[in-house]
Amino acid sequence: MKILTQHINEPGIETFDVYRKHGGYTAVEKAIKSMTPDEVVEEVKKSGVRGRGGAGFPMGMKWSFLAKPEGVPRYLVCNADESEPGTFKDHYLMKSIPHLLIEGMIVSSYALGANKSFIYVRGELLYVIAILEKAIAEAKAKGFLGKNILGSGYDLELVVQPGGGAYICGEETALLESLEGKRGNPRNKPPFPAVKGLYQCPTVVNNVESISNTPWIINNGGEAYAALGVGRSTGTKLISASGHIRKPGVYEIVLGVPVEEFIYSDEYCGGIRDGHYLKALVAGGSSVPILPANLITTTANNEPRLMTYESLSDGGFATGTMLGSGGFIVFDETACIVKNTLNFAHFYRHESCGQCSPCREGTGWMEKILYRIENGRGTQADIDLLVDVSRKIEGNTICPLGDAAAWPVASAIRHFRHEFEWHISHPEEATRPGAVYPTEAVLN
Amino acid sequence: MEAIETPLLKVTIDGIEISVPPGTTIMNAARKIAEADPEQHDKVPPAMCYYEPLKASGGKCRACLVKVAAGSEKDPRPMPKLVPSCITQVQDGMIVENTTNPAVLETRKGIVEFLLLNHPLDCPICDQAGECYLQDFSYEHGVVDTRTQEERRTFEKHDLGPYIQLHMTRCILCYRCVYTADQITNKRVHGVLNRGDHAEISTYIEKAIDNDFSGNVIDVCPVGALTDKTYRFKNRVWFTKPVDAHRDCEKCSGKVTLWYRGEEVIRVTGRKNMWGEVKEFICNTCRFEKKETRDWTIEGPTRIERSSVISANKYGKNLIAKPDFALKLAKSQYKKIDDSRPYITDDQTIRQLSIENNKLANERSLASD
Ligand SMILES: Cc1cc2nc3c(=O)[nH]c(=O)nc-3n(C[C@H](O)[C@H](O)[C@H](O)COP(=O)(O)O)c2cc1C
Ligand code: SF4
Ligand code: FES
Repeated sequence: MKILTQHINEPGIETFDVYRKHGGYTAVEKAIKSMTPDEVVEEVKKSGVRGRGGAGFPMGMKWSFLAKPEGVPRYLVCNADESEPGTFKDHYLMKSIPHLLIEGMIVSSYALGANKSFIYVRGELLYVIAILEKAIAEAKAKGFLGKNILGSGYDLELVVQPGGGAYICGEETALLESLEGKRGNPRNKPPFPAVKGLYQCPTVVNNVESISNTPWIINNGGEAYAALGVGRSTGTKLISASGHIRKPGVYEIVLGVPVEEFIYSDEYCGGIRDGHYLKALVAGGSSVPILPANLITTTANNEPRLMTYESLSDGGFATGTMLGSGGFIVFDETACIVKNTLNFAHFYRHESCGQCSPCREGTGWMEKILYRIENGRGTQADIDLLVDVSRKIEGNTICPLGDAAAWPVASAIRHFRHEFEWHISHPEEATRPGAVYPTEAVLN
Repeated sequence: MEAIETPLLKVTIDGIEISVPPGTTIMNAARKIAEADPEQHDKVPPAMCYYEPLKASGGKCRACLVKVAAGSEKDPRPMPKLVPSCITQVQDGMIVENTTNPAVLETRKGIVEFLLLNHPLDCPICDQAGECYLQDFSYEHGVVDTRTQEERRTFEKHDLGPYIQLHMTRCILCYRCVYTADQITNKRVHGVLNRGDHAEISTYIEKAIDNDFSGNVIDVCPVGALTDKTYRFKNRVWFTKPVDAHRDCEKCSGKVTLWYRGEEVIRVTGRKNMWGEVKEFICNTCRFEKKETRDWTIEGPTRIERSSVISANKYGKNLIAKPDFALKLAKSQYKKIDDSRPYITDDQTIRQLSIENNKLANERSLASD
């Protein structure tokens, strides 16, 4: 069952005509001609679709929180800043089938009563911006955008904004600051964007994939969407699979596929590359806790682990992780966990906006300690220091980047402490090029 | 005419109840408690970035994080995370834990550690020493030992015009000067360059600094990152004598504090209240160009209501009670000192011991390289 990628390989699907031939823009017609905005919101609520940008917040609920004061414009902003290491699904969707997002933007803007909406695209993706702008021009020429859409009296202007070139601009309030032309610093919350967002007006921020689901939901009904998946994980999800697997790529799965099937079946990742075996998994982008081999395909209670929000987080952070943005990074036994943790820590230090002291100073400190450990100059006390620093960041910052920096470090130490200890106790071996903790020694 | 009555909200901070108008933050409610009763000074969360007169300040340093044990009368659930008291508004029936919550105190120790992590600790040569809020914050809320051995970030010093020096190495990125520069001119200026622990206060503010009120960035800086070049290395602040004075000024209120060394005015600043905030910004003429007693009408000695070094040994009973953190800390440290050891008084032994100690310390630091 495919919702987003069903027609993605059709030749010419990036053009209006081919997209239209495959049922494109029928959702706009249906919504605008036969539904009230509130009915559209209701369908999205019924679908149970959850935000695909990382936090997994129910989309319909977010929409219903939107404040609607008289005489104040409301905005819909699409978060297309996709910069989370390991995540590359929005990029794939926008460049291959741009009209899907545009159709979703029209339907969603109509539902929210927005007359001007924005797509904030990662600044590096210049060619994608060109593709989107071309598609917008086509849709406008056909009367699906602009003034008086399909003769309904509803106006919508769609603006593509190149991003400011920083990971932090993907955090929704930093994105809004950046969109307003300022430095992309996250705002303190409350007030939330639903009350005071873009230009202090009520605003909804949603991910590309979240919005791209709405045409199907309108065409087929929220209940049909909710019938897919397991429990509160409804519908399909794009997974960006990378790392030591046979077939890296973007896969659309119905939520609920067992993790084991996703990694090993030929339909998806095709298993670990030849001659190697699974060692660790980062299931939802670099920000989520890393899992060791024994907690990947089964939970701590020995139940099969499924690709759902609930199953992946089963056991909390002690033995679980998060679905996050679906950046699925698989590591085999040749991966050094210390080196990988250093790599992530380096990223977060580089991307911290620097407003709040725990994140600004803590991310740099963690990187420096990890750098010493990786280079054979660590002490055993450094491991506990790292855990303590990560705890002092977590929960104490303005935006979740602080948590996102703390979790990979804390979880790597939780599950792979022996590797850190080995780096410290065997500095000579550990600093040889390509050195990895001798896993077999433990297995035997 | 009848005044419209807005119902007051009741909030409890560390067990002390106070009623405040809607819109009041936890920080300002706590300050009200202390303004009414100086004994309760330690109930006020420390603020390193919040500055009441500056719009949009606060929420960044996280020094003021507190626990909300009950959100409100209507919804008495505790808030899941610690909240920044400087920007969190009170609700009716809110219960706040500041000094009574161990997690708050532990987190605050962490914040001190973070703020000092890249700080040069060059207090002995820093003009701000003695009136530095980072010094106060770390004495009152920090721990004595350091857990870092990493190299600190450094920057070149930079002159912002003829009067102000930016010493970015000492900066804690509170953004107060950025808001000041922003709010005294109507041209918006980008205040910060780069990100994370490599971010720096941009010298673009130099442009805003070409303004009659630019000197105020010195007063709002909690540390010694922005200093007065006309006062540089003139004296340690605790040897100076602050006096309130005013003059007729067409640009500002003309209400200042003069800092005397003997008969000489060596510095002019805005008047800081008990929270270290200048409510009436002064102009550069008053600050940098009026350094003769005859320029001013003297009002009398400045009452310094803070626990920092500048207030020490100055005006006897005018001194407010020091928050007892430092005292408690000192006591706990003090107990560890072995009193039974006889005091060494003879010069020869003292010299010998100090040479040996030095040698040991050198060896230790060489070994750890
Ligand atoms: C540091 C950081 C980076 C983020 N980057 C992105 C991003 O690139 N794309 C995205 O959709 N959401 C990103 N988010 C999540 C957004 O803040 C926000 O939750 C999301 O756009 C909401 O959309 P959704 O509800 O449809 O998922 C990021 C969050 C943080 C804290
Ligand atoms: S947590 Fe980090 S990225 Fe987020 S506001 Fe604070 S310093 Fe900036
Ligand atoms: S004073 Fe509240 S966060 Fe800085």
